[in-house]
Amino acid sequence: MLDGDPLRVEAGQPLAAALMKAGLSVFRRTPVSGAPRAPFCMMGVCFECLVEIDGVPNQQSCMVEVREGMRVRVQDGARNLEATR
Amino acid sequence: MQTSVDTLVVGGGVVGTSIAYGLARAGERVVLLDEGDDAYRAARGNFGLVWVQGKGLGNPDYARWTRRAATAWDRFAGLLMEDTGVDVELRQIGGMTMALDEDELVRKAADLGALRASLGGDYPFEILDGSAVRRLIPQAGPEVLGAVFCPEDGHVSPLRLLRALLEGFRRNGGALAAGSRVRHIEPSGGGFLAHLVGGGTHAAARIVLAAGLGNRELAPMVGLSAPVVPNRGQILVSERLRPFLSHPTLYVRQTGEGVVQIGDSKEDVGFDDTTSIDQLSRIADRAVRCFPLLSQVNVVRSWGALRVMTPDGFPIYQASTAFPGAFVVTCHSGITLAPVHAHALTSWMRGGPEPDEIRPFKAERFNA
Repeated sequence: MLDGDPLRVEAGQPLAAALMKAGLSVFRRTPVSGAPRAPFCMMGVCFECLVEIDGVPNQQSCMVEVREGMRVRVQDGARNLEATR
Repeated sequence: MQTSVDTLVVGGGVVGTSIAYGLARAGERVVLLDEGDDAYRAARGNFGLVWVQGKGLGNPDYARWTRRAATAWDRFAGLLMEDTGVDVELRQIGGMTMALDEDELVRKAADLGALRASLGGDYPFEILDGSAVRRLIPQAGPEVLGAVFCPEDGHVSPLRLLRALLEGFRRNGGALAAGSRVRHIEPSGGGFLAHLVGGGTHAAARIVLAAGLGNRELAPMVGLSAPVVPNRGQILVSERLRPFLSHPTLYVRQTGEGVVQIGDSKEDVGFDDTTSIDQLSRIADRAVRCFPLLSQVNVVRSWGALRVMTPDGFPIYQASTAFPGAFVVTCHSGITLAPVHAHALTSWMRGGPEPDEIRPFKAERFNA
């Protein structure tokens, strides 16, 4: 699921790759300026591809393999701790 | 051979850049000699507190100097903004030291009471109980029994500060010589020649040593002494979070951009600036006890950095009598003291009166 819509993707690939193939171009909006961001390094270094996975924000989507039933959300700004308790 | 300038500042950390910025603002021609990126850069690894509480136990002069700096910070941040457009993210609405056990709190209260008495009653702090702490910071956990609160405490972004100081220095005509490690200082014709590793020489009428741990070797070349040793601190840095922590605390603060920085350790491990699992886990554990909501937060980075410590922990500010025009400056609290380093201290270096508060801070006190 991406932002509530079902998405069929090939197994065994990084989530970031699957999301880009599905046409997602804005993975997150930055905490400081709200600028749109998408994957850059695809190797776990740049922290640009952060998304919320199964309710947990700030996950590096390039470092996570897709799984059946994953619920992914585009992330807006910094993590809200109050909301995820 | 370079043309001679008014002053050479050795050391591009927060102490050196504060002084260089102040001198350049006063109209001097200044060259700032900064070592390479392999240097031990305390200015790039510190915590960023503007901190009064607890500073100067047994040394009222240091408490006075610290407060003079802390109360000047707001104006100083404004000046940097005016000069450079850089917001150093100063937040100064009071800071806390959390206490997790009763004895600790009683001891701190007694210490600060004694400090207040030694300053004729003029020293602002309050002891808060656990519920008062939670009224100010609702996220503080049930294990927090109380805190010391000082209204003059605050924090800045240390990296933005360093950038602002350098930028301000440049805009006031200062020249940065990066990658310049001073090998030897030669007093010459009433001035000084700084010979660099790998060749090259800079000349000036005056020289200010603000080279952190490097001062130990450089100071004796101009008739001064700086018996400083490294002391390691370790820091954890979290993912970015929406603001939840309104006040900085001694070991946990949330930066202007949402990152939570967690410290600290004090370790005597020589020139080893790596991190260690035992210290980092102790640091994390204490932070989670103070703020239980941190238990679900991801840590994205950690680092170790070396403090620059004198035997008693207090600064050295000294002019050379053997070689007039040479100064040594070393301190542990370059962030807190930046405003007085840029102004009061540079006025003295340029021939003005020595600030009363720094008269006791000479290296001779270590020659017992």
